[in-house]
Amino acid sequence: MKVESLFLIFLGAFFGAIGLWYWFWGYEDGGSVMLLGATFLGFLPGLYYFFWHRRFHGHKYFVVGKIKTVGDRPEDHPDAEMADGAGTIDSFPGSSIWPFVMGMGAFTLVLAFVFGSWLAFIAIPLILTALTGVTAESRRGGNV
Amino acid sequence: MATQEVRYTVTDVIAPGGAHEHIHYPGEEYAERIEHHEHGPSGILKWLTSTDHKVIGLSYMITAIVVFYISGIMALVMRLQLTSPHSSLLSFAQFNALFTMHGSLMLYLFAGPFAFGGLANYIVPLQIGAPDMAFPRLNALSYWLYLTGSITMMLGFFVAGGAAQFGWVAYAPLSSATSSPGAGPDVWIMALVLTGFSAIFTGVNLCGTIFYLRAPGMTMWRMPIFTWNMLVTGILILIAFPVLTAALVMLFCDRHFGTHIYTAVGCLHVNGTHMASCGSPLLWQNLFWFFGHPEVYILALPFFGIVTEILPVFSRRPVFGYKGMVFATMAIAALSTGVWAHHMFTTGAVLLPFFSFLSLLIAVPTGIKFFNWIGTMWHGQLTFNTPMLFSIGFLFAFLMGGVTGIMLASPPIDFATHDTYFVVAHFHQVLFGTAVFAGFAGVYYWYPKMFGRMLRDNLGKWHFWLMFIGFWVTFMPQYVVGLLGMPRRVASYPSNLGWQSYNIVSTVGAFIIGISFVFLLVNFFVSWRKPIPAGDNPWDAHTLEWFTTSPPPHHNYTHLPPIRSERPTWDYNHPEHIVVPHGRSARSNGHANGKVKAGV
Repeated sequence: MKVESLFLIFLGAFFGAIGLWYWFWGYEDGGSVMLLGATFLGFLPGLYYFFWHRRFHGHKYFVVGKIKTVGDRPEDHPDAEMADGAGTIDSFPGSSIWPFVMGMGAFTLVLAFVFGSWLAFIAIPLILTALTGVTAESRRGGNV
Repeated sequence: MATQEVRYTVTDVIAPGGAHEHIHYPGEEYAERIEHHEHGPSGILKWLTSTDHKVIGLSYMITAIVVFYISGIMALVMRLQLTSPHSSLLSFAQFNALFTMHGSLMLYLFAGPFAFGGLANYIVPLQIGAPDMAFPRLNALSYWLYLTGSITMMLGFFVAGGAAQFGWVAYAPLSSATSSPGAGPDVWIMALVLTGFSAIFTGVNLCGTIFYLRAPGMTMWRMPIFTWNMLVTGILILIAFPVLTAALVMLFCDRHFGTHIYTAVGCLHVNGTHMASCGSPLLWQNLFWFFGHPEVYILALPFFGIVTEILPVFSRRPVFGYKGMVFATMAIAALSTGVWAHHMFTTGAVLLPFFSFLSLLIAVPTGIKFFNWIGTMWHGQLTFNTPMLFSIGFLFAFLMGGVTGIMLASPPIDFATHDTYFVVAHFHQVLFGTAVFAGFAGVYYWYPKMFGRMLRDNLGKWHFWLMFIGFWVTFMPQYVVGLLGMPRRVASYPSNLGWQSYNIVSTVGAFIIGISFVFLLVNFFVSWRKPIPAGDNPWDAHTLEWFTTSPPPHHNYTHLPPIRSERPTWDYNHPEHIVVPHGRSARSNGHANGKVKAGV
C-alpha cells in the first residue's frame, strides 16, 4: 500500500505547489480553487493509505495497547505465492437488474428537466425502486 | 442458464440465481476442489443484467464504435460541404450542428468511453488477476448512464430547433438561452451530465480495482503499463469530470433558472471595477478547460498504454524503461492539470508565461515515452502484424500532432493560428493518432482474447494502409490552409484566397479514411462467419490476460501463474529465459528489466 499512498501524496504535493505558485503569481481565484481541490484529492486518499500502510507494519495511530503487525498485503509482497492470498477476496454480484433500472430512472430524470416535469413522476419511482432493490440485494447476498 | 466448471477460484455460491458468489484465490486447500455454479440469465437479459466486467466492457466498446461510425459520417458530410467555397449542401445552421455533434460524439462519447469504459473495463481486471471490477453494479450503472447519455445527445437532432450549435466547448455567452435557444442545447447539457457521472463512477471503479484487487505478487511495480496508465487516467477523471459536471449544472441554471454565473448581465460597475456578485463568461472557459485539457490526456494515456503493451510483444523484447514509462505517465498527468488556460491565450486574461512554460514542459515526459518506445523496438525481432502496424502508425501520427502542439504552446504562434485550421489539424493528429490508430491497434490486439477467434491480418493491413494514407492526405493540407488564414467552424469561405484546392485534397483523404473503416466491418463479418480459433495466447504475449482462456471464463481465472515480474505469462511459458539475478532465489526474481533475456 506504500506505493499507492506515495503516488497519491506526490500528486497532491505537486498540485499544491503548482497551486501556490499560480496563486502568488496570478491571483486568479477560479483556477487556484480547482488546484486546491486537486491537492485534496491527492492528499486525502494518499494519507489514508499511508496510515494503513503504517498500521500494517505495527505503527500505532489512535490505538491504545498492542497492535497486530500483518505486514504487506499479498499483492504488495514481491515474493507472495497465490496461497498467501487464499481465502475470500470479496463477494461479487453475478447479475443484477437494478443498475439498468437506475440508469433508466436517471435517463428519464434528466429528460424531465428538458421536456417537462411530468417525466419526474416516472423517473423518481424508478430510482427509488432501484435503490431499494440494490440495497435488498446486497443484504441478501452476504458479506457486501 | 450456463453452467461452467470452475476450478478452485470460485468456491462458494451464496444465493441461487447468480446473486452473489464468494471469490477465493487459489490456495492449496482449494487446489483440488471443483465447483459448479450458475452464471445468471442468458440472451438479451444477460446484456441487461450482467455485472461481469467483460460483458460491460464489450457493451461499451460496441456502443462507442457505433458512435464513432455515426460521427465519422458527419465528418464526411462536412468535408463534402467544404469542397467548394459556397456549397449549398448544408445550411449554416446544419453545419454548425454537425461540427458540434461531431466533436461531442468523438470526444465525450467515443474516445474516452471506448478507452476507460471499454478496453480498460475488459482488460484491467484480467491484467492484474482480479475476478471482476471492485464495484460491479456501479460498473453496470456507468454503462447505462453512458448509453442513455449517448441517446440523449442524439435526441438533439429530433427536437424543435435542432441540435446544439455552439461547438463541443459550449463557450459562454454563446451557450446562453438568448444566443442558443431551444431544447437542443438542453439535451446536450443533460447528455453530458449523464456521461459525466458515468465517467466519475468508472474512475472510482478503476482506482478501487487496481488498489484492492490485484493478485498476490502483482505489486504496483509489476503492473502492466496499460494498467498503470488506466490508474493515472482514473485519477485524472476524478480531477476533471466533477468540474465539468458542476459547470454544466451551472450552465443549465443560467439558461433556465435566472442565475448569471456565466453572463455579465446586471453587473454593477463602480469606477470601472467589477463588483463581486458579477458573473463572468471567462469563468466558463476556466472551468471547461480545467476539465478539457486533462480530458485530452484522459483520451491519450490509455492509448499510450495500449501501444506500450503491443510494441514489446511484436518486438520480442521487454518494454524499455518500465519505471521511466510510469513516471513519465505520472508527470504528463500532473502537468496536464496545470495547463488549462493555454486554450485561452487569446482572451488576454490569463497568465501567459505560467501556462506556456507548463505546456512546453509536457514535451519532456512525452519525449521520454517516445525514446522508450523506440528503445523497445531497437534491436528487437519485429513482426509487422496488424496491431504492430497500427502502433507504429500511432508513433508517426502522434509525433506530428505533438510537435505542432509544442508550437501552439508558444503564445506568439498561438496568437497567429488560434481558431484556424492549423489548430484543427493539430488536435486531429493528436486525437486520431491516439484514439483511432492506437485504439484500433488495441482492437486488433485484444480481439482474439475477447472472442477466441482471430481477425484476418490481410484485411487489417488494408485497413491500416488506407487509413494511414488517408490520415496524412486529410490533415496535412489543413495545416497549410490554416497558416493561410482559413478559420475553423465555417461552412463557406471566399473563393479568391486559394483555399479550395487544399480543402478538396483534405476531403479526398477523409473519404479514404472512411473507406478504410469498411475493411474493419468486413473483417468483423468474416471473423464471425468463418472463425479461426485464436487459442489462449496467439501473439505469445507477456501479460497476465494471455494466461487465461480466450474468451476468459466467468470471474476470469481458474488458476494463476506465479507473478515474479511484469511479464508473468512470458515467464511461465518461457522458463528458459528467466535469468536469476546474482544472490537472489528464483522465487524472488524481481522486475524483468535487465533480469530477463530479451526473448526469442
